[in-house]
Amino acid sequence: MDLHFQGPEASAEERAAVDGVLRDQPAHRDLLLPALHAAQDRFGWVTPGALDYICRRLSVPPAEAHGVVTFYHLLSLEPMPAAMTHVCDDIACRVQGAERLCDELARRLGPEGEGGWKRSPCLGLCERAPAAVVIRAGAAPSAFAVAPASAEAIATEPEEDFTAFRRSVPREGGRLLHRIGRVDPSSLSGYLESGGYAGLRRAIEIGPAAVIGEVSASKLMGRGGAAFPTGRKWEAVARASARPHYVICNADESEPGTFKDRVLMEGDPFAVVEGMTIAGLATGSERGFLYIRGEYPLALRRMAAAIESARAGGWLGRDLQGSGLSFDIEIRRGAGAYICGEETALFNSIEGKRGEPRNKPPFPSEAGVFGKPTLVNNVETLVNIPLILRLGGEAYAKIGTSASTGPKLFCVSGHVERPGVYEVDFGATLGELIAMAGGVTGGRRLRAVLLGGAAGVFVGPDQLAMPLTFEGTRAAAATLGSGVILAFDDSTDLGDILLRIAAFFRDESCGQCVPCRVGTVRQAELLHRLRSGCLIGDLATELALLREIGQVMRDASICGLGQTASSAVESALTALELLAGPEPRS
Amino acid sequence: MSVHTLRIDEKDVSARAGQTILEAASENGISIPTLCHLEGLSNVGACRLCLVEVAVVGGGTRLAAACVTAAAEEMVIQTDTDRLREYRKMIVELLFAERNHVCSVCVANNHCELQEMAVSQGVDHVRYDYLEPRCDVDLSHPRFGLDHNRCILCTRCVRACDEVEGAHTWDVSGRGTLSRVVTDLNAPWGASETCTSCGKCVMACPTGALFHQSSTVSEMIHERTRLSFLVDAREKKQWHA
Ligand SMILES: Cc1cc2nc3c(=O)[nH]c(=O)nc-3n(C[C@H](O)[C@H](O)[C@H](O)COP(=O)(O)O)c2cc1C
Ligand code: SF4
Ligand code: SF4
Ligand code: SF4
Ligand code: FES
Ligand code: FES
Repeated sequence: MDLHFQGPEASAEERAAVDGVLRDQPAHRDLLLPALHAAQDRFGWVTPGALDYICRRLSVPPAEAHGVVTFYHLLSLEPMPAAMTHVCDDIACRVQGAERLCDELARRLGPEGEGGWKRSPCLGLCERAPAAVVIRAGAAPSAFAVAPASAEAIATEPEEDFTAFRRSVPREGGRLLHRIGRVDPSSLSGYLESGGYAGLRRAIEIGPAAVIGEVSASKLMGRGGAAFPTGRKWEAVARASARPHYVICNADESEPGTFKDRVLMEGDPFAVVEGMTIAGLATGSERGFLYIRGEYPLALRRMAAAIESARAGGWLGRDLQGSGLSFDIEIRRGAGAYICGEETALFNSIEGKRGEPRNKPPFPSEAGVFGKPTLVNNVETLVNIPLILRLGGEAYAKIGTSASTGPKLFCVSGHVERPGVYEVDFGATLGELIAMAGGVTGGRRLRAVLLGGAAGVFVGPDQLAMPLTFEGTRAAAATLGSGVILAFDDSTDLGDILLRIAAFFRDESCGQCVPCRVGTVRQAELLHRLRSGCLIGDLATELALLREIGQVMRDASICGLGQTASSAVESALTALELLAGPEPRS
Repeated sequence: MSVHTLRIDEKDVSARAGQTILEAASENGISIPTLCHLEGLSNVGACRLCLVEVAVVGGGTRLAAACVTAAAEEMVIQTDTDRLREYRKMIVELLFAERNHVCSVCVANNHCELQEMAVSQGVDHVRYDYLEPRCDVDLSHPRFGLDHNRCILCTRCVRACDEVEGAHTWDVSGRGTLSRVVTDLNAPWGASETCTSCGKCVMACPTGALFHQSSTVSEMIHERTRLSFLVDAREKKQWHA
């Protein structure tokens, strides 16, 4: 293709920023997002000169580059203040004063955007709501989370102390969380001394087929939300004839209310590396990607450090531990797009394209990233792998219930005394988990629980006996989703929460398919009408239209985003008998 | 085995390996509504009008977009059920009210695929307020014009320009309902350095979003068949009809 360019010549500074990531590598199209990040990190926005230079170096048509930059919320084509505070105004933070914080920032710093602060969907710090992430551009860029956040607290970078974890993991966790806060996440030797890499050693010993046998025997189901049997996926990728194969760890964790993957990556990063490495060996992949959301600066640093130490220690790279096998991991940073957690959107994002989901089939195990067979697993799924190899698949399958095996992490937040990540064996009930978290704050009455995140469903206090297993939630027409338990007390304005959920889907829809692109807008608009009482026609007509929009989104959309965009709203109308307006205050 | 036999609307049909349900249907005289599909371009499955019901083993059906779903052995497909008609109507309705479609003053009046779709699907009224987003008109190109008010984001222009002309002047910027087609770095079309002024995007556009500037309404015929001729010609290296 003949490429034509326009716009200003890149300055030396702009070139240096981009060359820093592209180095002298041949132009690989898939480096587009890393290159755009480099410009954003250096200048606080993607300057015209930098964008032009990136297009030239990677041979990307300007229109396409423009499309990619504008797709991601953390990238800007407009000049922005070098320091930007992203303030979460999503569900868990709303019930902990996020709106007050936004008001105060507007007063002190000026309006959203030019005042150096911006609203954000869930930042995955819900257990310490309200949350903020500060991103500072410059020659030495930095990024850090502040939670709980206040107008004062966002000014300084908090100390990183791995032993200060009780706010996130209030209760000991036996199998998945046992290293969190006890073993230094930067120490490979600490990892090895605490039983680390025993799983990989055994995997090397028994070989790929036997590893897949163990994973299948464990009956492990994916923890990313879709609950697909992990063994079946591994087998399909291992068997695929096209080469090379890839492994992707999905660390995009953007489902509102979810923060378990962040806690795992911050507290036990080597376990993620080990799980990915075993997956690589089992599926015949030599290259893995860790796709981590852009709003997780600490997890990113800890994962990067762990990957480097593992490489230095011979646990990654060529001929690892003298096994003759090779596997290495490259980190790709997301840039603010919930949809990129959807596996096929994630492929496009890694390839440097707009994060739009693909039509399936073909499935990732046939044609995934770069069109090659690809295994995609969630962080928590992969952290279960070393455990399965240590215990043996059958022994693992005895943990939990017969259809939901193993330990499970739950993200409990909202109106509970001790929000955080809780590890239980599958089988615990909703009521037990809320009790573990200390019950409803201040001893108030429970009004509702959002299970599974924004894409999940609301259940009422009459559902506390529901076992939080795949089968138990299914029987109750609910969902486990990504393990979210968001509790609301009886003072909560649930209508406001519903509006936020509808706005979330409207803002995060990629816009590719009509039912979701337009349906999410219409759903949000209808909820506003219902709440304000300015109805078009009578209430019954409005509700029927709302249900119809929900139905066309669920059945006709390309991907899971559109298919679940009406789930929480519908469940609120039925399970909670919620119509409109604020709940009566008690 | 390179030929599949399947059933579409109670009719036994055969499909070559790699053919989509849409292709198999149309070769057998069964028409399925489409909007984002254009002969000669890749398929994206975005408008969802071509949804069909595919029988699932064990009972029930699943919905699949015919333009991106491969025909397979023993598939049993329905293309025109009550449920599908209902969804198609709703999709057309959603599209109509997304931007500003006032057919009577549109350059594409009577030559518009969206308008035809509304007629064929029996959409006679729209139950939504028009969203009336702020949409601009770009008349900077000497020969062509772009009116975002009429754009349905089908990306046919993007694909025609990239896949047929090889210029990649167009792409989609933003996301969700704020998406807009853009030329180059969102510069005015007339200032585009990649555009060859070939007019293929205009030919590909199903609505009045892209148009010939001097055209009166009656001249506004998109010559879509010419585009597939061009693709054909490129593939066969034959440049005469
Ligand atoms: C809109 C959307 C967002 C998603 N986000 C995530 C995510 O952040 N993390 C994740 O692991 N899976 C996410 N998924 C599910 C993935 O597509 C995929 O099923 C999962 O990563 C597979 O891993 P598992 O089998 O280990 O669960 C998302 C799906 C959809 C439809
Ligand atoms: S359902 Fe929504 S997010 Fe998914 S492809 Fe369609 S528009 Fe994009
Ligand atoms: S006129 Fe041709 S080159 Fe110009 S934008 Fe349209 S298709 Fe592309
Ligand atoms: S301008 Fe026309 S062809 Fe391009 S996306 Fe819009 S409606 Fe489709
Ligand atoms: S961090 Fe605010 S809702 Fe999750
Ligand atoms: S024609 Fe198949 S989805 Fe548009």
